[in-house]
Amino acid sequence: MKRKITVPAILLIAAGMIAYGSCRGETAIILNKAVNICMQCIGLG
Amino acid sequence: MTILKKARRKLIQIAAFGFNNPCMGNFARGKLYKGPWKQFCSPGLNCYSCPAARLSCPIGAMQAVNGSMNFRFSFYAVGFLLAVGAVFGRAVCGWVCPFGLLQELLYGAGNLIRRVLSVVKGSTGRVPAGKESIVKETECAAGSGRLRVWKPLTYIKYIILLVFVLFLPTAATDALGMGEPAFCQYICPAGTLEAGIPLLLTHPELSRALGELFALKAGILAIVLIGSVLVERFFCKTLCPLGAIYAILNKISLLHLSCDQNKCISCGQCARVCPMDIDPVKTANAAECIRCGRCSSVCPADALHLGFSDHRES
Repeated sequence: MKRKITVPAILLIAAGMIAYGSCRGETAIILNKAVNICMQCIGLG
Repeated sequence: MTILKKARRKLIQIAAFGFNNPCMGNFARGKLYKGPWKQFCSPGLNCYSCPAARLSCPIGAMQAVNGSMNFRFSFYAVGFLLAVGAVFGRAVCGWVCPFGLLQELLYGAGNLIRRVLSVVKGSTGRVPAGKESIVKETECAAGSGRLRVWKPLTYIKYIILLVFVLFLPTAATDALGMGEPAFCQYICPAGTLEAGIPLLLTHPELSRALGELFALKAGILAIVLIGSVLVERFFCKTLCPLGAIYAILNKISLLHLSCDQNKCISCGQCARVCPMDIDPVKTANAAECIRCGRCSSVCPADALHLGFSDHRES
């Protein structure tokens, strides 16, 4: 029962967050970071 | 049936690995995939600087936005993780995480070595006639003889999530207001293995930048690899911040484990085979449960059920 209430609520919030994040340009930041060699990620930066 | 279930999970893990990393040819070229798929996160831990990677690592994506000039919180990555976690919980770790698959393969290799060593030592593992029940009871009581991590170590991943993923990229900023992806920079063994080493091999000029930081990360990678050979899912249990996020959502996730106490005969087989060292009868939805389904497939009384519903109809 707890799941039937909380999960849809979380999914609704999550969908809103994804939409808001995409709209304000977060995907562009992620894409920009991910298509170039991340020196920190590989332990050189 | 158990073998079929095992094979099904392994096939899904391999398919997920392939979906995350389809550009294998990039390893030889030392290049990264630069297409539009990279703006989407993968549910599992898979470094976006890996030449084969098509999707972005959600932990890397979160830090990239948290440490960017304009934003201090990634609604996109957190929303994605909330959605995936609310539906699947830590089933992501058990079924689709590429680094989870790698750890399972390492532990499998370790098991093979242990078996070979026991054969070499002369122990065939055969139980004398009439002694089977004694051995079974002893195994149930003492666990399967596997190495287990000390329970407090399983909380390290929550500290890593708070400090290295959420706090440092936001708080430790430079003059431009940009923070470093601290988890990727100082800890992530997936980045060292999937991106650091392959890129160093194909870009000799990068080796000039080698220093203490790489030594630290290589040391952590070595500990994780050796740990994974000795302890099942060592990294998932102790260090993974992504596992920590899904662990928090495990209690309420739609995909869950349920135990019918009326059917349970308390044989302890489920606890013995659990790779995460939990007792599914006592805590079916423990934070550590990766929903691999090993417990439900060995249950002789059919008391455990993994699915979206509470328990199958009798």
